[in-house]
Amino acid sequence: MNDANHKPRLATLWLGGCSGCHMSFFDLDERLIDLARRVEFCACPLMDYKDFPDADITLVEGAVANEEHLAYIKKVRKHTKVLVSLGDCAVTGNVTALRNLFPVEDVLNRAYRETSTVVTGIPSGNAIIPRLLPRVRPVHEVVKVDYFIPACPPSADAIHAFLTALLDGRTPSGSGRFG
Amino acid sequence: MNVNTLQIDRKMVTGREGDAIFAVAWEHGIHIPRLCHIGGLSDVGACRLCMVEIEGQKRLQASCLTPIQEGMVVRTDTPRLRQHRKLIVELLLAERNHICSVCVADGACELQSLAAALGIDHVRFRYRFPTLPVDTSHERFGLDHNRCILCTRCVRVCDEIEGAHTWDVCGRGANSLIISDLGEPWGESESCTSCGKCVQVCPTGALFDKGKTIAEMRRDRGFLKYIVTARKEKQWIG
Repeated sequence: MNDANHKPRLATLWLGGCSGCHMSFFDLDERLIDLARRVEFCACPLMDYKDFPDADITLVEGAVANEEHLAYIKKVRKHTKVLVSLGDCAVTGNVTALRNLFPVEDVLNRAYRETSTVVTGIPSGNAIIPRLLPRVRPVHEVVKVDYFIPACPPSADAIHAFLTALLDGRTPSGSGRFG
Repeated sequence: MNVNTLQIDRKMVTGREGDAIFAVAWEHGIHIPRLCHIGGLSDVGACRLCMVEIEGQKRLQASCLTPIQEGMVVRTDTPRLRQHRKLIVELLLAERNHICSVCVADGACELQSLAAALGIDHVRFRYRFPTLPVDTSHERFGLDHNRCILCTRCVRVCDEIEGAHTWDVCGRGANSLIISDLGEPWGESESCTSCGKCVQVCPTGALFDKGKTIAEMRRDRGFLKYIVTARKEKQWIG
């Protein structure tokens, strides 16, 4: 991935997750500066872009929880050479998937009626808030995923070891933990 | 006492006649993975993780229940066995709701550490997400069926060591559930002595001390060897 004319293009993506995996990514701290020399950041939740660009590596945080996530991850898959599930929500569904134990209607009622101080009805497919899928799914149930970095969240060291191996052209070894 | 000599993973080992392959292997530093076995209790061969290859036999055998034989040639770690073990652990993870990040046993869970040791980084099966109850009716302990792998360690320790037989299994297959007495809430059980042995032997976060939160549950299993030795040797040594 290191040809001279083209720095690998790195993207990160945030689906149904708490942003903790991104925080862990930012915990790379000064190592981010080295990383920035080796890759071109082409998309991340803090960047402004219209359409998801072509990327060599995309780290995806979060599970597939609503219709927007589903359409988006399919698009991202088409534009990404190496897709990586980052963290337990992407890998297993994790906390995002806890709602799978209940019917969607019960979940929405709980959030928007029973526990809400101002009840304005349940948003469902109103083009502003995406409609929830019947059940939350890990990313690899929906599109092909090339690598997995488990943990909630994965440590900065695990993310760094993974990216360094991939950029060096080595096969990343597992993080040595599950869940 | 008759002694048998056999080969495990190309290593010549000896064991007492009638000993299980599993026990002899562990005595010689060959650690076969397991989730239902725990030293001091009877074996039931429930988890199938300790399956081994025996030369001359096509079928895999559960090493915890297969006695050694003179001249036996056993393999405990082959690509085929690794594949089977991965499959079993992935099926266990998909069967109920194992959400490590919110579990009392995170970081000290035998299912979690075995998954990592087998190199599992995701589950290839669809998660079932069954709706299962949590029994917190007992004053000191809780039972979360979402995290139970039906190893039956709790059933055996309660029956064989405590002598209460509060726990048993109801239902069939994946729908089986651990029950106290005849299905009453744990807190209303007349046979439970509240000794907590079941909580100490649980391999996951299914049985836990109340008041423990995420990653706080740690087990003390020293009592098991202590009691078993005392019964066998009539000596109170750990």
